[in-house]
Amino acid sequence: MSIGIIDVGIGNIGSLRGALYNQGWDTQTVTTAGDLADITHLFLPGVGSFAVAMRRLHAAGLVDPIRQHAAEGLPMMGICLGMQLLADRGVEGGASEGLGLIPGDVGPFKTDPQLRLPHVGWNILHPQQQHPLLKGIRPDVDFYFVHSYIFNARREADIVGTTEYGMSYPSFVASGSVVGVQFHPEKSQRNGLRLLDNFCLWDGSC
Amino acid sequence: MLKRRIIPIELLDGVRLIKTVGFSAPRDVGDPVKSSRVYSDQDADELVLLNISRENRDVKALVDVVARIAEQCFVPLTVGGGIRCVEDAAKLFAAGADKVLVNSKAYTQPKLIAEIGDQYGKQAIVVGIDARFGATGFVLFSDCGRSRENVSLSNHVAAVVTAGAGEIMIQSIDRDGTMSGYDLNLLRAVIRGSPIPIISAGGAGDFMHLKQAFDEGADAAACGSLFNFGDNNPLRAKAFLKNYGIPLKRT
Repeated sequence: MSIGIIDVGIGNIGSLRGALYNQGWDTQTVTTAGDLADITHLFLPGVGSFAVAMRRLHAAGLVDPIRQHAAEGLPMMGICLGMQLLADRGVEGGASEGLGLIPGDVGPFKTDPQLRLPHVGWNILHPQQQHPLLKGIRPDVDFYFVHSYIFNARREADIVGTTEYGMSYPSFVASGSVVGVQFHPEKSQRNGLRLLDNFCLWDGSC
Repeated sequence: MLKRRIIPIELLDGVRLIKTVGFSAPRDVGDPVKSSRVYSDQDADELVLLNISRENRDVKALVDVVARIAEQCFVPLTVGGGIRCVEDAAKLFAAGADKVLVNSKAYTQPKLIAEIGDQYGKQAIVVGIDARFGATGFVLFSDCGRSRENVSLSNHVAAVVTAGAGEIMIQSIDRDGTMSGYDLNLLRAVIRGSPIPIISAGGAGDFMHLKQAFDEGADAAACGSLFNFGDNNPLRAKAFLKNYGIPLKRT
């Protein structure tokens, strides 16, 4: 097996690489379609705006190879903006098409003047169903969040976990071998490291 | 529900950790990388690293330290000291910082706050404000407490909020290192004028001081001496605060 981290300049991948290394996993950086060839477990981390990130993925010629990776049933994890890119479309930075791997749209939090945005800090992941990636992680523990937009999943069955911030929204989505987490496992200490380790040990089946 | 945070503050003089009293009389308190690792293992919610070296205001030394810490600590890192431009911030983000803290430049170059925010998001920019209590109220100081500023506390808070700060860390110079408790009047004054999260700093000496800050409405309590000296750590602080129903991270 071989673990790849997509790096198209949409965020610092050092923390993720460090967290995986700490769990005993070596990683490869994926910047072109060629780099993706022998990758079995793929990470798509990211911070910033949806539209910019999609443009960068297109420019790197990675959009179709990523879809191909998912179509082969190989594990893939989107983190933060990377999770949102799994959706059909987003509106941040201008409406744009996403990777379309998990049905849904990305939009802003419901506007509530009392709500401090972005949503930053430690908040609870409430599991809605069992998933191999949650093995060994107690229900209702905190993870580290930083975001202003949310993933509105279309299918109830794809929502593995939710978080409350002014409203309840999907913070962990999964469809087949593709998963997305809104929080940062690489910044979430013990439980985050456990989740990353579970992903690297996962064969992509549920 | 969003949790209140306990944040160890680590002051750097080059590559060593130091602790001051009233922003002077530094004492060496160890190695920043080892210390960060221990705090992370002790369930700290975030780490703040500030370079307060008088001689070395360049971010280069800080970048090296941050990179080494980010390799081993899987907890959010806020880094500051000597940030003069977006490029300085960019180097720190690339090294593994999640947020940067600016203090002096918030007075002379408030545009920098927006510039960093535009590129890395508002959540990534913390403004540090250092204050002393004077005859006519609170007086602000920049450059690690060395230069007196002429703006009032309320005007400066309003200005940095308008400039696009994501958080404010308010520190009492009088209380720094004294372990006599936060300056709650100072904290209250800042919370009153700010719609953004507030980190209380300067003076924490026991766990009751942390509770006082949270009761005032602080989002986070920063501690230096409390964890540097004596047998205290974030785990113990949380065990204490839990009894008072303060919402804290569950692991």
